[in-house]
Formats: sequence, C-alpha cells, structure tokens
Amino acid sequence: MKRTVPMIIAATTGFVLIMSHFIPLSEEWGSKAMQWFNVLAAIAFVLGGSNLMRMNLQKISDRRPGWGYAAVTLIAFLVTLSVGLLKVGVQPTSSFPTNAWAAPYNQEGSSLWWLYEYLYKPLASTMFALLAFFIASAAFRAFRAKNPEAIALLSTAFIVLMGRTYVGGLMRDILPRGMEWLSFDSMTNYIMGVFNLAGMRAITIGIALGVASTSLKVLLGVDRSYLGSGDD
Amino acid sequence: MEREKLFWTALMLLGGLFLAGRAAMVGNGRVYVQAETIAETDAGPVVHHRGVPPSQRSEANVSLSWPRTIGLWVAAFCTLGIMSFVLGDNPFYKLMESIFVGVSAAYLMVAGFWDELVQNLFKSIVPGLMRNSFLPGLEEGLQPDLTYLAPLLMSIMMLWRLAPKGAWIARWPLAFFIGATAGFRLVSYLESDFVQQINNTILPLIVYTADESFDVWGSLRNSLVVVGVLLGLVYFFFSVPHRGVVGGLARGGVWLLMITFGASFGYTVMGRIALLADRLQFLFDDWLWLIDPTMQRMGM
Amino acid sequence: MYQFLKTLDRRWIFLLILLAVAIPIYWGWQFPERPSPMVRSVFEAIENLPDGSHVWMAYDYDPGAQGELHPMAFAFTRQCALKHHKMYFMTLWPQGPPMIQENIDLLKREFPDLTYGEDYVNLGYRPGYEGPIKLAVTDLRSTIAADVDGTSLDDMPMTADVKNIQEMDLIINTSAGYPGTKEWVLYASTPYNIPTVAGCTGVQSPYLYPYVPRQLNGLLGAIKGAAEYEFLLLEAYPELRENPNAREALRRMGPQLLAHLVIIALIIVGNIVYFVGRSRGDM
Repeated sequence: MKRTVPMIIAATTGFVLIMSHFIPLSEEWGSKAMQWFNVLAAIAFVLGGSNLMRMNLQKISDRRPGWGYAAVTLIAFLVTLSVGLLKVGVQPTSSFPTNAWAAPYNQEGSSLWWLYEYLYKPLASTMFALLAFFIASAAFRAFRAKNPEAIALLSTAFIVLMGRTYVGGLMRDILPRGMEWLSFDSMTNYIMGVFNLAGMRAITIGIALGVASTSLKVLLGVDRSYLGSGDD
Repeated sequence: MEREKLFWTALMLLGGLFLAGRAAMVGNGRVYVQAETIAETDAGPVVHHRGVPPSQRSEANVSLSWPRTIGLWVAAFCTLGIMSFVLGDNPFYKLMESIFVGVSAAYLMVAGFWDELVQNLFKSIVPGLMRNSFLPGLEEGLQPDLTYLAPLLMSIMMLWRLAPKGAWIARWPLAFFIGATAGFRLVSYLESDFVQQINNTILPLIVYTADESFDVWGSLRNSLVVVGVLLGLVYFFFSVPHRGVVGGLARGGVWLLMITFGASFGYTVMGRIALLADRLQFLFDDWLWLIDPTMQRMGM
Repeated sequence: MYQFLKTLDRRWIFLLILLAVAIPIYWGWQFPERPSPMVRSVFEAIENLPDGSHVWMAYDYDPGAQGELHPMAFAFTRQCALKHHKMYFMTLWPQGPPMIQENIDLLKREFPDLTYGEDYVNLGYRPGYEGPIKLAVTDLRSTIAADVDGTSLDDMPMTADVKNIQEMDLIINTSAGYPGTKEWVLYASTPYNIPTVAGCTGVQSPYLYPYVPRQLNGLLGAIKGAAEYEFLLLEAYPELRENPNAREALRRMGPQLLAHLVIIALIIVGNIVYFVGRSRGDM
C-alpha cells in the first residue's frame, strides 16, 4: 500500500503520457494528466512555503543560534503572504471596475508590487550580480595553465572574452584582406559555432540518453528512490 | 583589526554625509507618480497611479509618491546590504538574506495560488462561486469539471507531508508528479535531444557554394562538427576502456570539451558583469542621480 | 612585488572589478557593434515575417537575470511593435509577470497607437514548469482561459480565434534557465515545427548552440547579443535613434569591455605569480 500503489501510479501516469504522444485517441488523457500536474506544481509552492515556516518557527522556539534572522524571515514571509493573498492595495481594472478581487495581485501600486519592486527585485538581482566579484577573484587565484588542457581552456576563454567586446572586432580593420578570420570576434563565432557546438551536442546527446534511461527505470519500478527509504 | 574597523566606520560616515548632503541639495531618489482615472463607479472614480520620470513632475496630476520614494531608498540599501558580502559575512548581509528568503517563498505561494489554484483548480470545481468573486470574466453557466477533484485530493495528500504522522500519504501525489515528469521527458528528450541532434550532425563533409565552387570553410566547419561530436561521444562512452585507439579518440574528446568549457567560462563572465552593471546603473541613475542615460531628469 | 601579489587581499580584486564596471557607466562609454551572423538570423526571423504576424512572446526570466535579459526583451518587443505583429506575452516564471508588465508599459508609452487586446495581450504566469507549454501547444484554453485582468480570451479580438500555439508564426523566448528556451525547443519547436528564436543568459548560451539552426532559428547570447541586436534595430529603424531607452544594451558594452580586460589581466597576472612561485619552489 505504502510503496506498491505509488509505483503503480507513477507507471500508469508515465505510460499514459507516452501513449498520448503516439496515439491521438489518448491525447485527451495526456492533456488531463498535464492539467493535474500543473495544479500539483502550484501546490509544491504552498508545501515549500509551509515547510519554511515550520523550520523557522522551530528555530525560534528552540532559540537556536541565528533565531533572530529566522524571525525576520518569518515576518517577511507572513507579511508578503498576507498582502498577496488579500490583494492589499489592489485597485479594480477598467474591465471590472467594481471588483478589486478580479484585478492582478501584483498590480502596480499594490503592497505586493511594492515588496517585489523594492525588496525582492534588488535583493535577487544583487545576489546574482555578486558573483561578478567572486569570478574575478577565482580568475586570479584558480585559473592556472598547469597542463596543455588547461592552456586550451584558458586560451579559449581569452579569445571569447576579447571577442565579446568592442576590441574583438577592431582587429578586423588592422588585419590584411582574407585574414579577417584571425580577429577575435570571428574566432569567437567559429569557436561557438564549431567546437562549442560539437562539445555541447555530445553532452546533449549523453544527457538525453541519461534522461530516457532514468525515466524508464522510474516507470518500470527499477528506480524507487523517490519513495524514500523509511516506512513512513 | 582596530585600524580596519576605524577605516570602515570612517568610510560609512563619509558615505552617509555624502548621501545626506546630496539628498538635501539635489533631492535625488525621489519617485513621482501620475494619477489616472480609469473608470467611474457609483462609489467614485477608480484611480491608478503609474510611475513617471522626474522630468514630468510639474505636469498635471503628477505628485511625489512617498511610499515609492521610501521604497527606492530601501531598494538601494538592500543592494548595498547584499553587496556588503564582499567584505565578508556580516549582520547587514544576513538580514537582507533573511528578508529575501521570506519574501521570495511567500511570493511563489501567492503566484501559485492566484495563477493556478484560482484560475484553473477552483474555477473548474466551483465555477459559479469563482465567477461571483475572483473571476467575473468567466462565461455564465459554466459546468463544474469534476475531474479536477483528483488533483484537489492529491493536493491535500501532498500537504499531508506537513502532518506529524502519515507522511507516506504524500508519496501518492509525488509518484504522480514523478511519473508524469518521466513520461513526457522520455519521449521529448529522445525526439529533440537524441534523434534530432543526430539528424543535425548528418552534414555534408564537402560543401559547394551556390556557384558550385568548393567552399573550404563550410567543408572544414562541417567536418570539424562531425568529428568533434564523435570525439565527444567516445569520451563519454565508458563501457570500453579508454586505451589504444579509443583512448586517443577520448583524449581528443577531452580537448574538445576543454575548449567548450573555456567558451562557457567566457560567456559566464560576460553574464555576471552585465548583472553587476545593472545594479550599479540602478544606484547611479535611479538612486543617486549621478548619471541620466535615459534622460529621465532632463531639464531638472 | 611577487610577495605582494602572492598574498594579495582579494578585496583589492573586488575593488578593481567594481571600478572597471563603475567608471564606464559613470562616463557613459559606448561603442559601435558588428552584428554577428547569429544575431542577424534572429533579427531577420522577426523582420521577414509579414506585418501583423502572430508572435508568442515567452519571457521566462526574473530580476536575477534582468541585467542581461531586459535589454533584449525590450528590443524584441520594439521590433515586433514596429512590424505591427500581434504579441502574446506569457511567462513560466512566477517572478516573471512584472518583467512582462515592463514590456507592456513600454508599448503603452512608445507605441500609443497599439491597442491592448487587439495588438498585444498579457497572459501572465502559469505554474507547472514545462506543463503549460505542453498544454498550450495543443489547446491554449486548457491552461490559460483569461488574461491577467481576468478578461476571457474569447472576449478579445486577437485571442478569440486562437486555438493553440501551433497557430503562431514565431515563438520569441527570453530565458534565464529552467523552464526556458530548452523547454520551448523540446515541447513546441521540435515536435510541432514552430519557428523559434531565443535570447538567453551567458551561462545558458553555449548549451543552446546545438539547437541552431534547425530547432532554433537564431540565438542572442547575453548582453553582447542584445547590443548587436539593438544596433541592427537602430540601423533598420532610424526613428528609434532618438530614444535613449533603445540603447540599453549598447550602453552596457562599456563596462563589459573594461571588466573583460581586467579579468584577462587577472588571469595573466595570476599565472605569472604561479610560474614565478613554481620556479622559486614556493608552490
């Protein structure tokens, strides 16, 4: 019951979706399965949020180190959730001027929009921008031309870095006619369209085979890792 | 250590003084909005406020928005807070990180609720109720689609994971999710990333141009692509020991992959720099008004 | 010098990269571009469509990637508007709707003659990763029944007769990761032969080259691709030259140049330190 039923559910769903690809009559079933899938994907957000709340509550109640930050996370979570679900500050739209509930939850000027625009947006974008500093530090400390392969990697990186700037194309004007392919931008285009393409294609084909075999193992019940190891 | 502390304190003090002076003299970091009546109702007009460039501040219905101005300053401090991580882990960064985690998790929940649960799940199960509340645009007389009771039930089972007992119940919807993912990926990956990729690699090794002359570059390009893909595949084929001819070919595959990773590194650097430039542009332009590349404050 | 570089505090490197990005932004450095064949193919895929074609604008990114993708998304939107294509905006990222909204605001501001619901529509976000693609390619209404304002698709002229994405003349995807370009190729472009072009982040670009040109008509790689694309757009549509917003990516190429040179210098200096250290027996 605890392990067999889920295996049957996974296999049935998977084979229905495979069938729907080949047999037009079963297309409707595949479509239905995808609609249910989308609902579960949305529920996964609810589950994730609830889990975050539970973990942080536990951290606060246990007074574990850093519980103050857990409290901040919890407050930010609850405030965002409340203003988003209650559509605080949302104005009706011209389509339904008497019903504010019909308006988008992230409408410009609403409280959720404010939180997104002035908290989430700067925090998320700066978080990723931060990597520019660390990639520069890694360039200085870690990229060593220790062997021929590393030299190949570094040389390619050098050409691509030059080729993806204004300087990369400048060489074109200096080089003699017929030798323009030696300019950094031409070499970059060639590297990307030939060597990178070939390497990535080999990786893509390998991944495709990996995905197909893993999927088959799941559907045939060979891979049951998603069921966990315990009884409960 | 004490000297370092003193340095940073002095730097922050100077920065604060600069900000205060600039805000007092230039009035930077202000946000203006324009009121726009979009409909008239019995309860009065429905007014929307949309942000406008500061250069339009003297136009009709334009006023300073305090919530948005405060927001902009908060955004600037959030940016600086995250950036402070380059100096090492610190309470300011940790505070920002905590806010980020809380806001983003809740935002996902809100988006999932309104965009899928209301728009598709509840709309299908109780269309009448949704029409009278959140979705007035729904057509009248829409019949309930009871097949949606299945994902509703699975949703409840999935949330059971949070209960102290019976977490195994959540395995059923999880199995559905995993099975569906395996089902649609199996076919699509084979079609697009296996068969089609092989198809894309079947290229003429001798290429002629439109005027039937021999195309050296085209031929070289195609030959390198075909050989390159084969070398890469040999490297990933671990069922045969990489010795002798196979070893030589696999070594060629390694070289090809090194070039590929070098290119990836170059592109990654390009991406990260672009993100940093975006943040600095926000600080210089929107917040400090040091630059005005989009002429938002022309004539001010 | 060797000792100084060997024990260099990484905060000096951080300061160097900060200055390399900040100085060109402050001084507003800009350079002309030489569009690559790949960027030209993207431009032509949109340009060669007959005016008023139906284009699916799948903008799958969030603020984490806006620095790279906003400029190209805006450029895509401008070109489609100039060609009077019908634009159907949608995102598979929960944080994506405000990104789309900025494109809608652009259309309202720069192309006031275009009408919402007739020339462009905002279909918002749908959860389910690649799930909504799989549904929308066969039956749009099974996943999206209304726009973000709740107006039914049947009540808008440009959506009333659209059954699915197969009816689109082109898919334009701007992607920051999963779900994104790869998923559009896997579930829409490849099985249904829908012409598709994409613009993506630097991290993703190399991975998407194997799909060009048979599964993807063209690809804009990060900010450089966007700058070249903007350059082509400004060449083809001189009326845009007066619009400073249409040069967003071109402006970013200043910091890009100096920062790339700094990174190259750092790699070279780092290696010199390494080899000197090795010859001295330090490493």
